[in-house]
Amino acid sequence: MKHSETTGKPVEKRQETNGPEGAPLIIQDHYEIDYRHSYAQDSPFFVGLSEGRLLGSRCTGCRYMYATPRAHCMECGAPTTWEALPPTGRVHTFTVCYYGGESFLKETPFLLVLVEFDQVNTLFLSRLKGVPLEEVHIGLPIRPQFSDTPTYKVTDVWFEPIDRS
Amino acid sequence: MRPVYMISGGITKFAKAHPEKDFRLMVKEAYDAALQDVPDLSKDMIDGGVGSYFSDHFTRQLKAASMAHDYLGLCPKPSKRVEGGGATGGLCFQSAWEAIASGRMNCCVAYGFETMSRVNTWKGNEFIALASDTNFDFPVGGFYSGYYAMMVNRHMHEFGTTVEQMAMVSVKNHLNALYNPYAQKAKRLTVKQVRESPMVATPLTMEDICTMSDGAAVCILADETIAEQVCDRPVHITGIGSGSDAMRMADRPHGKVPLLPHEQESDYARLKYPGVHSFRGGRMAAKLAYEMAGIRNPLEELSFVELHDAYTSSEIQTYEDLGLCKYGEGGRFIEKGIPFMPGIEYGLPLPDQGRFPVNPSGGLLACGHPVGATGLMQAVFAFWQLQGTIEKHLDSPALQLRDPRRGLIHSHAGTGTYITVSILERT
Ligand SMILES: [Zn+2]
Repeated sequence: MKHSETTGKPVEKRQETNGPEGAPLIIQDHYEIDYRHSYAQDSPFFVGLSEGRLLGSRCTGCRYMYATPRAHCMECGAPTTWEALPPTGRVHTFTVCYYGGESFLKETPFLLVLVEFDQVNTLFLSRLKGVPLEEVHIGLPIRPQFSDTPTYKVTDVWFEPIDRS
Repeated sequence: MRPVYMISGGITKFAKAHPEKDFRLMVKEAYDAALQDVPDLSKDMIDGGVGSYFSDHFTRQLKAASMAHDYLGLCPKPSKRVEGGGATGGLCFQSAWEAIASGRMNCCVAYGFETMSRVNTWKGNEFIALASDTNFDFPVGGFYSGYYAMMVNRHMHEFGTTVEQMAMVSVKNHLNALYNPYAQKAKRLTVKQVRESPMVATPLTMEDICTMSDGAAVCILADETIAEQVCDRPVHITGIGSGSDAMRMADRPHGKVPLLPHEQESDYARLKYPGVHSFRGGRMAAKLAYEMAGIRNPLEELSFVELHDAYTSSEIQTYEDLGLCKYGEGGRFIEKGIPFMPGIEYGLPLPDQGRFPVNPSGGLLACGHPVGATGLMQAVFAFWQLQGTIEKHLDSPALQLRDPRRGLIHSHAGTGTYITVSILERT
């Protein structure tokens, strides 16, 4: 943990007007930390994104197909194998975010979509780009786009409408 | 299992910030308020406690429940922390129930708190979103309101639910809270004002979404002997249930509805369930709680519900999970006025007003949502409602239902990942 120069600095002048004990003392206390995060058994998915491939998981037991990968099947417990998702999908549902968590505020407004694929049992969460906000609707055909400069995050892939890209 | 009773409850006022009190002092205030109502309960009759808070990030203090426990003077009695996202309070309540039902304890204190004011609202949203998959969900948008917006867009697509119906939930809950001095954000709103407030994530506006809060709540649970000894009107906890679903919304199946006794398979012939429009864990929780309490038709056999309305949309979705109406009818359920309070003027045409009140207290939308306290707050309001002591505790009889016999409380985490339902009955 790294402490910044602001640590321990009162953010408000303490007022002595609320009786003998006064108002509470409030200080600014910064902290940040770097993690060594392993994608572990999901690593091939993120490597795949960096190579322009979107991989799902196929159950070796019941054949259930997951759009968002997992190494073992939720239905039957058998291991899964990596299998490319279909080249196109559709908007299953969406929203335009005008606010977000602090680190995403600068990107607003942005479009979140859950993507559905034919013959795949589950969905995939992603961003939708390259479309006017008012033209997005459930069922819109979309396809994945991949970053040329991968950061090895799930945001290395996003979706765009088929007819525009 | 032994019968379990709630014998008292206490709440602090929920507020945007309580900088003059840390979590220990807030819990102490709620605890002392609860003790005041049971003066014959001595400390040696209390066997232990369960602490409830959601986020170590908000508190910036690991094992904070230990500090609440020692502040209450309960050491060296048994203690533990329960954590389950937004359902933390509901899980804590059920954990105390388990301690009594099993015979391990005769009296157990469930206490919960959250101090969300330590960071700005958008950093707070980020902390909450860390309770979504941090590999696959958080980096894409990291925003629970976005997740709920996607769910309700699908609900609207499947069932024709409207934004005006959602806004009616906001009007109802904010207005109920005008009569609840513990509430953080009570006000009179119109459907138009809800729709014209700033858009957060389409179609959810600021007035469709609960706020962050500081606050604490305490419930005291006991066996029959202690309940009879110290409490005039204990409330019997006759059913508990809980359920779960996959952390990632994207992983939810599209299968069949687990039916309640008053439903038939033909009701849902074409529905793919739960998808992202419904909460399978909520249905499971309700089904288990109803089975334990012997409830076959919740709308006929319950008097009221306090449910987890973090969003107006999730209140509508939850009507359906609890079986108050069929899946798909949640929008019309509010539009007809069924879940509004009787005897209060909302400025809306409500043909069936007050038939089955939901969130008489004002719910999370108006009371606030200090996560670890929320599920316990609902228990306290339901307890006062069933005791008939709303006027004594809220300084107004407006929210006291006439002759309530049985109430339901519902606590909900994540995008429906943990959900609890508990049934409380007048004795
Ligand atoms: Zn399988």
